[in-house]
Amino acid sequence: MTWTLVLALSAIAYAFKATGLIIIGSRQLPATVDRCLGLIPAALVSALIVNSTLSGDDGMVFDARAIGVAAAILVASRRAPLVVVIITGAAVTAVARAAGLAT
Amino acid sequence: MSEVQQEVSVEDRSLAMSCAVLGAAVGVFGIAFGVGSVAAGGSVAMTCVMSLLVFTGASQFSAVSVIAAGGSTAAALGGASLLAARNAVYGLAMSRTLQGSLLSRLVAAQITIDESTAMSTAQQHPRAALSAFWWTGASVYVFWNLGTLIGALAGNAIDPEQFGLDAAFPAGFVAMVIPHLRHRSGRRAAAIGAVACAVTMPFLPAGVPILCASVGVLVGVKKP
Repeated sequence: MTWTLVLALSAIAYAFKATGLIIIGSRQLPATVDRCLGLIPAALVSALIVNSTLSGDDGMVFDARAIGVAAAILVASRRAPLVVVIITGAAVTAVARAAGLAT
Repeated sequence: MSEVQQEVSVEDRSLAMSCAVLGAAVGVFGIAFGVGSVAAGGSVAMTCVMSLLVFTGASQFSAVSVIAAGGSTAAALGGASLLAARNAVYGLAMSRTLQGSLLSRLVAAQITIDESTAMSTAQQHPRAALSAFWWTGASVYVFWNLGTLIGALAGNAIDPEQFGLDAAFPAGFVAMVIPHLRHRSGRRAAAIGAVACAVTMPFLPAGVPILCASVGVLVGVKKP
């Protein structure tokens, strides 16, 4: 590992983060574009759920995380608070993993 | 106290608790990152500067794992950059909420990541969205960097997977996506995003499937 890597990655990461915030700024956008931007979280957060539940070294894997996240979906659909959903997901995954389920 | 104020204070309390729980999970991963980075040949200073400046966990883990496997700096940068690219899309979404001065947006940019964007956009009121962004971003920043420092110095870590903490993030995102599913366009965008990610995961490099999910926003082209 080198300082070159650390600093180059810092610059790249910051450039990505700032680009989205700066190019739009406080400009008024056409209604269609505005509707599309409003849907970014729905599209990307659901993708994050899929990605962080099923990511593996070679593409996709079903392991204890899938059981924990299924439990989280169950409690979340019953309007449990965020903290409860997070703890349920982690705890059920830990138990499933310790029990050797789907690992 | 008026009803509105009460509602806000309940929201504030649950936001603080959510930030604390998310922060704790992030902190444990920060420790794991610190340990991994030093094991991959990084100095304590390099490791901590990386977390302070790069501040996007998936990219950092990816870069360190490429180096640990004997990969070049260019290879490490390539993979890590693909993982960081989605933050640009988050910036587009957050620009509706972050309408302050250029300086405040440049500061906000550093904490425009998965957790702060998801938590902020899950809020109903613009004011709550703004405070959720800053509080989540700040608490993740503090815990991630504290964890990194501890891991880099201590040299060994508790295994986050033993406590199921790797599932804490998707579980949290489940709760955060629910407010977006109240409208039909949100449900469609979420379904398309999830499917686009799932079908591309087996053959595209890490980070790209999440970018592919952006296709879901095209639902908005049609008037509701």
